[in-house]
Formats: sequence, C-alpha cells, structure tokens
Amino acid sequence: MTAITYTSPSDASHPFAARFSTPQVWGIVMLAPYVLVFLAFVVYPISYGLWLARHPASYVALYNDPVFARTVVNTLIFLIIGINVKMLIALFLSGFFVQTRTWIRWLSVLFILPWAVPSIPTILSVRFMFNPEWGVINNLIFKFTAEDGPNWLNDPAIGLTLAILVHIWKSLPFWTLILMTGRLAISADMFEAAEVDGASWWQKFRFITWPSMQMLYITCTLLSMIWTLGDFNSVYLLTGGGPADLTHVLATLGIRYLRLDQLDMAMASIVCAMPLVLPLVYFMMKRLSR
Amino acid sequence: MMKTSDMRMPTLREIGNEAKLLLIGIPVLIWTLIPIYHMFLFAISPKQDAFAGKLWPDHPTLQNFRVVFNQQHYFLRDFWAQFGNSVVIAVAVGALTLIIATLAAFAISRLRVRGGRTVMNLALFTYFIPAAFLAVPMYRTMGTYGLLNNHWALILAMVTIASPYAIWVLKQASDKLPLELDEAAIMDGATPLQLFRMVYLPLMLPSLVAVGTYALLLAWNEYLYAFLLLSKDTEITLPVALGNFLAADDSPWELLMTTGFIYALPPAAVYYAFRRYMVGGLTAGAVKS
Repeated sequence: MTAITYTSPSDASHPFAARFSTPQVWGIVMLAPYVLVFLAFVVYPISYGLWLARHPASYVALYNDPVFARTVVNTLIFLIIGINVKMLIALFLSGFFVQTRTWIRWLSVLFILPWAVPSIPTILSVRFMFNPEWGVINNLIFKFTAEDGPNWLNDPAIGLTLAILVHIWKSLPFWTLILMTGRLAISADMFEAAEVDGASWWQKFRFITWPSMQMLYITCTLLSMIWTLGDFNSVYLLTGGGPADLTHVLATLGIRYLRLDQLDMAMASIVCAMPLVLPLVYFMMKRLSR
Repeated sequence: MMKTSDMRMPTLREIGNEAKLLLIGIPVLIWTLIPIYHMFLFAISPKQDAFAGKLWPDHPTLQNFRVVFNQQHYFLRDFWAQFGNSVVIAVAVGALTLIIATLAAFAISRLRVRGGRTVMNLALFTYFIPAAFLAVPMYRTMGTYGLLNNHWALILAMVTIASPYAIWVLKQASDKLPLELDEAAIMDGATPLQLFRMVYLPLMLPSLVAVGTYALLLAWNEYLYAFLLLSKDTEITLPVALGNFLAADDSPWELLMTTGFIYALPPAAVYYAFRRYMVGGLTAGAVKS
C-alpha cells in the first residue's frame, strides 16, 4: 500500500469515486511493479549510502588521501578533454557518414561494431596489444628498431590517455549516429541555395549546419559527460587504476574503497561527485521532460 | 550550376572529393577494426604464433575454440555454466524489464494515472545517475536483502538500471498513438485490461522489440555489477570470468581472446538482426532534439 500513497498525492478537489475510477485503479496496479523496484533498489540504497556518508571525518580523510586528489584531476581530464575530443570527432564523422556512397554505407555498418560488441573483450584485447613483453605493438617496435618499446600501461599519463582512447573507440559510433540524425533533419534546400551562392564548406557549416545542430550537440555533450562519469570499464579493465593508483577516475575509486572495506570513504567519494552530476542531471531532465 | 562550361573541372573536383572521403574512410576503418581483429587473430592462432605480430597466422586453427568448448583449461572449467548464467540472466532481465516498463508506460501515458508524471521524472533521474555510482550502495543493499551471490541480485539490479530508459522510450512511443483509439475502444465497452491487450500491445510491438533487446544486451554486457554481486565460479557470468583471467600473470591469452570472441558474438548478432528497430526505436529516443 505504500506504493499507492507514494504515487498518488491526495487531491481534495476530486470526489472519491473519480479518484478511484476503474482506469485509475488499473493504473495504480500497473505502475506498482516499477514503484516497488524503485523503492527497494533506488530509494533504499541511496538513503542507506547517504547515511553511511554522514560523518565529516570521511571527507577529511578523503581530502587527505592523495589518491582522491589525483582521481579528481583524472576525472576532469577524462571529461573535459576526452569528451570534447570525442564529440568533435563525432560531429566531423557524422558529416562524413551522411554522404551518399555505397561504400560509406557499408563502412557505417562496420563502424557501429565497437558499440555493438561488449566492451570487456575488446578492452582486454587493447590491453594485450600494449603489453610490454608480448604485446603486438612492442613486438613491431622491436622488429623495426631492434629496441624495446616503452612499458605503456605503467606510465600514468599514457595509461590514462589509452583509457580515454578506449572510451572514445567504444562510444564514438553511438554519438556519430545521433549527430547524423541531426544532420539528416536539416532541409537539403538550404544547402542547394548555399551552393548556388557559392558558399564555402566552412560557410555552409557555420551558417547552416551548426545553427540547426548546436542544441543537439550540447545536449549530447552533457549526456556523454554524465555517462562517462560512470565509465568504470575503460579504466578498470585497462589499467586497473594503476600504476600506484595514479589512473583512477571517480567511477573506479568508489569500487577501490569498497574493496579496501572503507565503505564510508566509497560513499563520500561518490557524494563529492554530486556537485558535478546534479546540475548536469537537472539540465538533462529539463530537456527531456518538456 | 557550372557543369556546362568545362567538362574536366567537375570530374577533377569529384576525384579530389572522392580521395578526401577515402582519406577519412580508411583510417576510420582501421581504427574501428584493430581491437576486434586483434582479438580474432588470437582466437584463430596456435599459442606460439599468437605473439609473433603477424597480420595472419601461418597455421590458422580452430583448436582454441575446441579447448574452450570442451572446457580443457583451468580457467575454463565452468565455461558452459557461465555461458548459461549469462543467457539466463540476460533473458530474465529482458523479460522482466519489458513487463515492468510496458505496464508502467501504459499506466502513465494511456491511463494517465495520478502521480504518473512524478514517477516518470523519478525514473528519468535514476537513468541519469551513473550506474557506477549506484553500484556501491547497491552492493550493500543486496547484502542486506541476503541476495549476494544469487542470480536474483544481478537480475534485479539490472532491471533497476534498464527500466527507467525503457519506460521513457515506451512512454514517448505511446504518447504518439492517437487518443481516439482508446476512446473508441472504451465506447465499445473495453476495460483497461482489454485496451492494453488488444489495442496497446499490438501497436507498440516495434518499440517493445527495441526495449526488450536493449535490456537484454545491457544485462549480457554488464561487468561491474556482475563482478560485485556474484563471486562463485559456477554462479558468475562470462564477463566476470573473462576479468578473472587477468588474476594470473601467465594467463592463456589466446584462450581468453577466444572466449571473449565467443562472448561478443551473440550481442553483435542480436544487434545487427534488430538494427532496424534499435536505430529507429532507441537512438531517436536517446536524445530528443
């Protein structure tokens, strides 16, 4: 019964019979399964998590943990550089894939593969490529230069860069596809008119494509930022947060504390991400629930 | 246009244009295929060839697949059990999400149940909270409910993660159905349940396929929750088993890549089979422009 009182705030202006007409009763019954799931697996865990993160001492400990500071920097690099590079490439490639050529259509079918296959095997595949002793990359370097290649993933800067590249590899097709739908929605008449007027490629982009796509592009960028905050796989499976916990991002740090049995720290690190997450979530909800 | 003045100019420009497109297309193709091809190459190479850095093995073989299918390695002794776990969990998540989301979307969009809008907004809010952040409290919650190391833990967690988007996509699709349909059915004396079964479900079929596939693939591909919530070797799903390969330094890469390749095939096949629905039903809903 909690579900019902929860989903239907009392409204005195309506007579009792209308409030509980047959469709309304059915509606409540049909909504109940999701509301139960929501209460049991969203409301309860979040409340419990916030309760665990209530001690100020956890935040002091977090502040004093050098791994946390490094993690925040890594996360910001991942979001600000990684996402913007990805979205710019997606914007560029969406223009490439809307060209009408048979071979480009076939290429677009292959291009979607990284999105269609699970990320675990492909990330592990990349990890093996960069293995210093047996990986194919260092093997090739040795073949051509007779010198040992670098220990790629043991360098935090290279490790984080590769994690960002893996993330881009995985999600670029999705965003390219979305931006393609944006481009295809632009009327062809405008481009024909611009062609007649002798507009350059840049002018066409600047004055036709961009104005009609900028809202979509910004929405995509923000949505991608939210999702990337939760990208656990790209970092965890490639570098495991190492070497020396220097490549963690917020998504992997919580799990690291969990494994060290520091649950309050895990929750506190997640609470610290909220000032970044909540404004993005608020903006996205405004956009979607119009 | 300027095509009559000079026949050579446009063709030259076209060739240049085509060359520019190829200059973009070829790197895109290489970039896309390298990790997948690398995995495939390992899967069909005998152990000694796999590390040689060749583009094609001297003696391609299916021996690795035989080893995996016959569970002839320490890391693979529960391969079929794990494969089965992945299938059962993915199907259960797909079915449960579909049921919960369809009912909820019908109640919100067609029956206009009181509080439906609030529930929709709360669901959307859940959708935007990164799943990795919910993982830590979810792990503790499943412990409290006594579900750890039980398939239901992963199934319920994945249903929780998949439903918000499923409800939202179905509600968007459902809002587009004309209201007159419901009115006509109600005039004929249809109950809400009959309306749901005879009018709503048949009309929503393409979106239902898209949403079911989405939840199925989400569960099949999930690593983080699977590795937190399940731990016994016979209970874990395939991605967790793949991650466990990394525990040892001398892990057999060629077998790991073979298992990974087998694991990646079903979702790729499902994706391509339902591509029409996926692209229409999901990407259009992903970002409302």
